[in-house]
Amino acid sequence: MFLAALIACAITGILILVRIILGKTTFDRILAVNSLGTVIVIGISLHGFYSSRPEFLDIAIVYALINFIGTVAVLKLFSTGSLGGDT
Amino acid sequence: MELILDIFTGICFFIGSLSIIIGACGLIKLPDVFSRIHAAGMIDTGGTAFFILGMVFQTGWSLITVKLILIGVFIFFTSPVTSHVTANLARQKNILPVGKKIGKIL
Amino acid sequence: MKSLILFLILLTLWLLMSGHYSILIISLGIFSCAFCVYVAKRGKLIDDEGLPIFFIPRLLNYLIWLFKEILKSNLSTAKVIINGKVEPETFTVKASQVTDVAKVTYANSITLTPGTVTTKMQKDVFEVHALNSDFGNDVRTNEMDNKVTWLEGKK
Repeated sequence: MFLAALIACAITGILILVRIILGKTTFDRILAVNSLGTVIVIGISLHGFYSSRPEFLDIAIVYALINFIGTVAVLKLFSTGSLGGDT
Repeated sequence: MELILDIFTGICFFIGSLSIIIGACGLIKLPDVFSRIHAAGMIDTGGTAFFILGMVFQTGWSLITVKLILIGVFIFFTSPVTSHVTANLARQKNILPVGKKIGKIL
Repeated sequence: MKSLILFLILLTLWLLMSGHYSILIISLGIFSCAFCVYVAKRGKLIDDEGLPIFFIPRLLNYLIWLFKEILKSNLSTAKVIINGKVEPETFTVKASQVTDVAKVTYANSITLTPGTVTTKMQKDVFEVHALNSDFGNDVRTNEMDNKVTWLEGKK
């Protein structure tokens, strides 16, 4: 059951990678990378259950937070040209 | 009892898998950035909600359940923010959405 | 008062996340929570906007309604993606909330239901992008607007 769900996550990841490669605009790619991050968070939690080591959930929490902060930071760099420093 | 919980988990995982695969297909198929945001929103809400519900059925009541719900809450709060920031920045860079516009838009 | 509520929330989070209950770990937790509250107070972050506690009494009711709505629009979005009948439309709606937090809550609720996205906001006018005219009509009936105004409870 967990294996089937993991395979579904893998298929989704490959489909999202197609969108990242096709791209067209930067926003498409950033959106797709964010979705890929969400799918990876689900995948990490499922893998933790599959190998019966639920400590993986901590890694999933950290991944979710870093995914959000990374997306917003890239968008801010893209919009203003700096991350809020002097230069 | 174990069997019933397993069946519930299976149903939740099935709906969640269907949801994220349809979302990824929409991400490829839909015409422009603003439409693709809807598909990404489907992955973020429908997919994670059902997967987390299915995993909660497996754990019962423990600290692991709290962590699972915490992951759900994080994604629930951060997903609209990233969607909105992406859409807003795309509008700032003068990308107009396809389709009809009703009334005066900002 | 609000600092105390923030401290209690942070301490609960620490206790639930760590799972180790020895004296050393708990005292470290209390110390770091107090430090976080001090930093937040020094940055003037603890106000109605940073900690909207006036939402809490009616929050559960609203969340149940929102989940139901998300489920329904997930189903409709899946149907639209499979059928391929996409007719996007862009329009503006007016928000009737008073505080900024409630406006953000309304905009986030619109974005969270798949099929509608808030793309721009100026003062209390939102520009909304919908996947289909059905989703657009759902927003234009102002049902969600009334719910969030009720959740805010200032009118």
